[in-house]
Amino acid sequence: MEIIKPFIQFLAVMFLSPLLLGVINRVKALFAGRRGQPLCQLYWDLYKLFMKTPVYSRTTTWVFKGGPVIAVSAVVAALAVLPFAGRQSFLAFEGDFIFLIYLLGLARFFTVLAALDTGSAFEGMGASREMQFAVFAEPAFFLGLAALSRVTGQTSLAGMFGTLTSATWAAAAPVLILLTASFFMVLLAENSRVPADDPNTHLELTMIHEVMVLDHSGPELAYILYGASLKLWLFGALIACMVLPRGGSWAADTAVFLLFMVAVAAAVGVVESVMARLRMIKVPYMLITAFAFSALALIFQMGR
Amino acid sequence: MHTIAELIIVFIILLDLALAVTGSLSVCIRLVAAQGVVAGLLPLLASSEGPASRALVFAVVIILLKGAIFPWLLMRARDKSGAHKDVEPLITYPASIMLCLGAFIASSWLGSRLPLPKTEVAWIVPASLATIFTGFMLITTRSKAITQVLGYLVIENGIYIFGLALFVEQPMMVELAILLDVFVAVFVMGIAIFHISREFDHIDTAELSELSDWRRGEYGK
Repeated sequence: MEIIKPFIQFLAVMFLSPLLLGVINRVKALFAGRRGQPLCQLYWDLYKLFMKTPVYSRTTTWVFKGGPVIAVSAVVAALAVLPFAGRQSFLAFEGDFIFLIYLLGLARFFTVLAALDTGSAFEGMGASREMQFAVFAEPAFFLGLAALSRVTGQTSLAGMFGTLTSATWAAAAPVLILLTASFFMVLLAENSRVPADDPNTHLELTMIHEVMVLDHSGPELAYILYGASLKLWLFGALIACMVLPRGGSWAADTAVFLLFMVAVAAAVGVVESVMARLRMIKVPYMLITAFAFSALALIFQMGR
Repeated sequence: MHTIAELIIVFIILLDLALAVTGSLSVCIRLVAAQGVVAGLLPLLASSEGPASRALVFAVVIILLKGAIFPWLLMRARDKSGAHKDVEPLITYPASIMLCLGAFIASSWLGSRLPLPKTEVAWIVPASLATIFTGFMLITTRSKAITQVLGYLVIENGIYIFGLALFVEQPMMVELAILLDVFVAVFVMGIAIFHISREFDHIDTAELSELSDWRRGEYGK
C-alpha cells in the first residue's frame, strides 16, 4: 500500500505538470482581455514535437543531444525526492535537500553546456547570464531550505514538510512567511518568469533562459519544455507543502494540494500581468532580496 | 499576541533592508514614516494585559508625529530644495544590503551577550540594534543632507524600540522629551536644508566641504 500511493503521486506529477503553464497562460490572457491558448496546449505541443525529426547543426556534438535528456532526467529524479502534499515520496532519505539542489545544478549545467556546444555567440551570452543569476538564486534557495531544516529539526524534505503543521506556523510564523516569500522569488527567477526573464521574447537581447534553447528542435525541445514545466511544479510544490495545513485523509490532502498548485500558477500569471520585466542589472537585486529573506529567516531561527 | 509582535519586529527589519536598497527619496521618506508608525504600534501589543489609556494616548501622539508630520516636513524640504529624486549612495545597493545583513548578524550576537532583562518578545533587541545601525549607514553612505535627516530618524526609531525592550512602558516624560527633541531637530534640519540649497544650488554634502568664497576666488567668475 505504501508503495502504490507514492507511485500514484509521482505519476500525477509527471502527468499534471504541463497543466501549470497552461494555467499561467490563461491567467495572462484573462488580464489582457484575450481568450488565450487552450489549457492543454503544452500537451499538444509536446506531442507535435515528439513526432518531429530533429535537425542538428554540423558544429554540435553529443553534448548538444545529451544536454536536454540529462537535464530532464535530473529534474525527474529531483521530483522523486520531493514530497507530495507533505506525504513522503518513494525516494526520501536523510539530507536529501542537498541532493535536490545538486540535481537542479546538474540540470542547469548540462543545459548551459548544450547551449555552448552550438558555437553560437548568442547562446553563449544566454548561458553566461543563466550562470550569473544562478550565483544569486542558489544561495537563496539553499539557505531557505537550511532554515526550514532548522525550524523543523529534520534533514530530509519529507521529514521537514511532514512535521510542519499549523502548530509550527503559530510558533514560527515570521520565519515561515520570510521563507515563503523567498521561495516565490526564487521560483520566478529559476523558471524564467517575468520579473527576471520573459518567456515570450524569443529574439530579444535581454532574455536569459529562452536564448539557450534556440537551436534545439523536435524531441529535444520537447524535453526542454517538459523539464521547464516539471521545474515549475517542483518549486510550486515546495511552496504548497510549506503553506498548506495537513491532517485530513490522503485524498483530501491531495485535492487541496492540487488546487493550491493551480493557485500558485495563477499567482505567477497575475505577477506576470501586473509587473514589467526588471532591467537586466536589477535582476540580481531581486535575487539578493530573496537571499536576504532566507538569511534573515535562518538567523531568526538560530537565535530562537 | 506575541506572534503579532514578532511579525512587527520582522517587518521593521524588512523596512531596514528596504531602506538600504531604495533609490527614490520619496519612497525612503515613506519607509521611515512606516517604520515609525509600526514601532509606535509595538508597545500596544507587547504589554501582556490590555493597553492602558496612557499608553494609547502616547502611541497616538507618536504615530501622528512620525507618520504624518515628519513625512510632510521632509517632503516639503525635498520639494523646496529642488533635489534630484534619487538617493545617490556612495556604495552600491547590494553592498548596502549585505552591510545590513551583517549588522543584523552582529546585533543578534550582541543581543544574546548583553545583560538585559528578559523580554517577552523575541528579537526586539537585535532588531533595535540593527535599526540603529541602518540609521548610521544611511547617514554615512548617502550623499544628500536629507537622507542624513532620514538616518537620524531611523536611529531614533531604533532607540525607541530598544527602550521598549527594557521597559514595556517607558516614563512618559522621558519619551515626550525625546519626541520634542526629534521634532525640533527635524524642523530645524528642514529649514537648514532649504537654506543650504538656496545658497549652494544643491544639498550634496560632499560639495559642502569647501568654502564657497574659496571656490569663487580659485576659479574666478
